[in-house]
Amino acid sequence: MSKLNARERIAKRIAAELEDGQAVNLGVGIPTLVASFIAEKEVYLQSENGLIGMGPPPEEAAIDADLISAGKEPVTLAKHAAFFNSADSFAMIRGGHIDVAVLGILQVNPQGEVANWAVPGQPILGVGGAMDLVVGAKKVIAAATLFAKDGSAKLVPQLTYPTSGIRLIDMLVTEHAVFEFTTDGVVVTEIVSDMDFATLQSHINVPLKQLKPMSCE
Amino acid sequence: MKNKMVTHTDELLHVFQDNQTILAGGFGLSGSALTLIDIVAKSHAQNLHIVSNNLGDRGIGLHKLFMQGQITKATGSFFTINKEAVMAWSEGNLAIDLLPQGTLAEAVRCGGAGIGGFYTKTGVGTALAEGKEERTIDGERYIFEKAIKGDIALIRAKKADRLGNLVYHTTARNFNPMMATAATTVIVEVDEIVEKLDPEAIVTPHIYVDYIVQTTYKKEGDFYVEA
Repeated sequence: MSKLNARERIAKRIAAELEDGQAVNLGVGIPTLVASFIAEKEVYLQSENGLIGMGPPPEEAAIDADLISAGKEPVTLAKHAAFFNSADSFAMIRGGHIDVAVLGILQVNPQGEVANWAVPGQPILGVGGAMDLVVGAKKVIAAATLFAKDGSAKLVPQLTYPTSGIRLIDMLVTEHAVFEFTTDGVVVTEIVSDMDFATLQSHINVPLKQLKPMSCE
Repeated sequence: MKNKMVTHTDELLHVFQDNQTILAGGFGLSGSALTLIDIVAKSHAQNLHIVSNNLGDRGIGLHKLFMQGQITKATGSFFTINKEAVMAWSEGNLAIDLLPQGTLAEAVRCGGAGIGGFYTKTGVGTALAEGKEERTIDGERYIFEKAIKGDIALIRAKKADRLGNLVYHTTARNFNPMMATAATTVIVEVDEIVEKLDPEAIVTPHIYVDYIVQTTYKKEGDFYVEA
């Protein structure tokens, strides 16, 4: 495979978190890319518009306009796929039957509360399934580039964007590091770029802990 | 047997009146009753309240109805994609009741099932919980959401038998089965009317359906065009 860009590296790292037999919902954006890295696993992709067992995009000649993902893109069916209505789909999500939800985020605070559906000062006219997924999935993984367009880190002391709910997420995967949200605070469990821990901390206005502090040097 | 088959769609024009609440199935254009929405457009019914996940797309479906100025209120989960709707909302010409997608689906399900409302964890602590009753159940916070019912439901299915038993096609099922239970008058648009359906495969039983219309649209690539 050719060299991966930042978004693809994030997707590949999240794919490594997924396990055989899991039901997984992938949000739009970087989360959708995760599907490209799970070929060797038996993971069942759930699409909240009424499908479990979502396959890759079809070739153009095979497109069925009715058969789409939650991002409204044409998809195919994986083996053992099943359809259901929207009420059943969200019963599945809210009821804790989806093992992992992978979501794009705008911000996350040190406790793991996320903002991923609205921007201050703009009309709040779209939420989709974001809040249902945050509240209902057994494990929630956020996928995002670490810095916003203005250069500020998306891991913030306090949310300035509207919250998506009080449920705290488990993990944030970025192109530089993997963060986990624990009762002891934010733990950097892996650094996945050439940025060292001190530099990472210097960019983020939230105290970070290292999983394995280097104490013997 | 009651004749539910509609051969000339003009026979349905009288069904649509000003100030109605219309439940419209569909997720984007998938499962959207495009032929039936064209009848609503032709009826010129005004001041409609539409309940649907979105407001159509690319000039067809509910987008067309909106552009004709027939919609003054929309309840749904995702309207951002429709630039004209966003503009109408900011100018005060369109009222929007935004609900999380799962709350929308469950509210309509309840509306058809004789349930007045329900408590959900979704949305607790967010801007969408403002003004809603909150209650703690077994240590967890929930908000109350009211059921949704309509005057008319516009349903898109794949096949109907002559009585109105319905089967759906792939992800075009989405909100349709719930909406078919939650309105006073239910109209369904289908690809095909058949003599018999497998009773094990029927998703919507006929008692919910009042009128059956043959679609005038066909699929072309990832879009829908008039046949």
